[in-house]
Formats: sequence, structure tokens, C-alpha cells
Amino acid sequence: MKIHLLYFGRPREALNISGETVNVPDGAITLAQLLAWLRLRGENWAKELADNRVRCAINQELAELSAAINENDEVALFSPISGG
Amino acid sequence: MNLSIQTADFDLAAELAALRAGSAKVGALVSFVGLVRDFSGDEKVENIFLEHYPGMCEKALEKIIAEANERWRLLGVRVIHRVGQLLPNEQIVLVATASEHRSDAFAACEFIIDTLKTTAPFWKREQTQQGSEWLDTKDSDIRRMQRWHNGETT
Repeated sequence: MKIHLLYFGRPREALNISGETVNVPDGAITLAQLLAWLRLRGENWAKELADNRVRCAINQELAELSAAINENDEVALFSPISGG
Repeated sequence: MNLSIQTADFDLAAELAALRAGSAKVGALVSFVGLVRDFSGDEKVENIFLEHYPGMCEKALEKIIAEANERWRLLGVRVIHRVGQLLPNEQIVLVATASEHRSDAFAACEFIIDTLKTTAPFWKREQTQQGSEWLDTKDSDIRRMQRWHNGETT
């Protein structure tokens, strides 16, 4: 299943990536499962995308880790919001 | 246009004049301007860098403004948020509201900035002499936002 990933804030800078399209293993997948899969990429990914450190949006709406991801979704991974 | 995300600075007086222009019904104008502080704890801040999520940011702000319009009687709203590198004392954000009477304008202005701070996708990186650091959402900001959703405010 193909999904579009965007990175903002701390993970964008620490992982040196702002966006990519990935093919995730087939079948139903949640944000928590996507993060677990991305954390396999290495120590830095495991640290930056730890559940307590990363916040997520699916198709430009804030989403909980239990939310389901579908084909072609835009999934954004970022540090806690700190504007204003 | 009541919403702008931009690198350029803004002129508060010009924005307020535009917000009240054309309507003598406006009896109250309230504005909040957020500024870059030159300190963070005991450290001196050299600059901050603001990043945003294009697309989602506009949607989130439009939703906040729509909710403000549902909750209070407003005659106008203006939100400007700057992005990019900003120096101490520079303006970061403007929220301005217009209404017939002050209570609506005061409440809506505070609601918009409180909700923006915790739900609009902006990120702030602070540069001090010790290095740079992405800031987390402040607990005090989360509490301020929650007040608007659990009946402590009207």
C-alpha cells in the first residue's frame, strides 16, 4: 500500500527528510504500526519517532496513534505543535 | 482575506483600520500581538525559526475562526502568522477581532490565540548560545485551550 509521508519540526531536521512516498506492508495499518515499521530504519528513527515524542496527522487532520491509514493517504509526522 | 501566513512583518494600525473599515457597527476592536522574547529561562535567545505545514495550517486556522464565529457575535477576524527566521522583539502573530460590544471581541480573540497555539501546525526552533532546540507544546497552553472546551468559559 502506497502512502505519502511528510515530516515537520524536530524529526524533519533530525532525520534530514521532508517527504517521501513509501510502500508499507499490505493489510490494515494504523499510525502506531506505521511508526513501528519506520523505527526499524535505525537508532535515530527509533528515537525521533518514539510514540511519546512524535505527533501525527492523516490527510491534514490531527490523528491518534490508533487511527487507520488508507492507500494514498497523506501522513505527516512532527514534533509537538509550538506556534503563536 | 482574513488569514495570512507570511514571512513579511505586519502593520498593526493598518490591519486594525482595515478590519473596522466600512462598518460603523463595530463598537469594539481587540488585538493580540505575539512577540519574540530575548530570553528563554536563563538563556539569551539569538533568534527563532518558525516552520508550518502548508495546507493543513490554513485549514486548521479556518476551522478555529469558524468556531469563533459560531460562539460569539463577530463583525470581523484577522489572523496573521509569520514563518521563517525572526529576531528578538519582532512580531510573530496577530489575532484581531471586531464586534459590536467588547465582550465578544475579547473572548473570541483569546479563544483564537489559545486554540491556535495547540492545534495549528506551527513549530518553533529557538537558537540560544547553547545551541538550537525545537520547543514542545507548553502544558500551560494546553490548559488554556482546554478551558474553552470544558465549560469554564463562555
